[in-house]
Amino acid sequence: MLRASVIVFPGSNCDRDVKVALEKSTGFPVNMVWHGDTEVPASDVIVLPGGFSYGDYLRCGAMAAHSPIMRDVVAKAKSGVAVLGICNGFQVLCETGLLPGVLMRNASLKFMCRDVTLRVENADTTFTKCYRKDQVVRIPVAHGDGNYFADSNTLDELEGEDRVVFRYAHSDGTVDKAANPNGSQRNIAGITDASNRIVGLMPHPERLYELPLGGTDGRRMFESALVSMAEAMG
Amino acid sequence: MKARIKITLKAGVLDPQGKAIEHALGALGFSGIKDVRQGKYIEVTLAETDEAKAQAQVEKMCEELLANMVIENYSFTLEKD
Repeated sequence: MLRASVIVFPGSNCDRDVKVALEKSTGFPVNMVWHGDTEVPASDVIVLPGGFSYGDYLRCGAMAAHSPIMRDVVAKAKSGVAVLGICNGFQVLCETGLLPGVLMRNASLKFMCRDVTLRVENADTTFTKCYRKDQVVRIPVAHGDGNYFADSNTLDELEGEDRVVFRYAHSDGTVDKAANPNGSQRNIAGITDASNRIVGLMPHPERLYELPLGGTDGRRMFESALVSMAEAMG
Repeated sequence: MKARIKITLKAGVLDPQGKAIEHALGALGFSGIKDVRQGKYIEVTLAETDEAKAQAQVEKMCEELLANMVIENYSFTLEKD
């Protein structure tokens, strides 16, 4: 039986949404795991949800990255468990060092809450297998600190290793400054680690996973996890 | 001992908040402003009384939590209580 865990930090606010999206898209039973716990129950997938963990004090994701549960999340991620960080979860993954770079204040200084279109750059990760490369998908963003920054060597390395997963793009797939909602370098909306198992992104796939929500483009991220796990099990 | 810690953005890292402050100062009539960069100031009071040990402790705090070394630099001074 495949199992997933969602880590709940004080200030997480998308934890329930992602649990429901995961359950309905994949049938995975989902554990909710409190930040103060020291061990994640046996899981095939761990999700770090969106929200404002620890009130975004100091830097977004910084406090959560050092919470007791994260020691085990990092250990499990390094031992092969797939990890998805959404929005604040992406910020936490960067702060733990599981993913490179950092999410800074949006260049506009405005909180952005709207649908954006993304171009799928890497359709080989655990969470993007059910998309096609260069496919354009619509997924909402809701963040004040989504401006992806890394030094140019790191960015070149990410691009060279095909580790950019999503870029902000126009609906025809063109990537330019006008399609960039937050000033992210090279329009980066999501990245992966070298193993394609640890993925972080600013947009919220759980907010468009079924038609009553207005679209289903996010659902394939969760279905991808299911397909990846099924493949791994043979 | 008290550590007075300054955390600043590295050169080359865009600082949209600094830019907004710069514009606001301009709008208030302050002319001749070349650049504004915003940072953080943190005071930590330590039980440690040995200066070298306090120094090492604060450096570790900065590297592990207080600053994000991807985008920020830190500096600090130590003061006896």
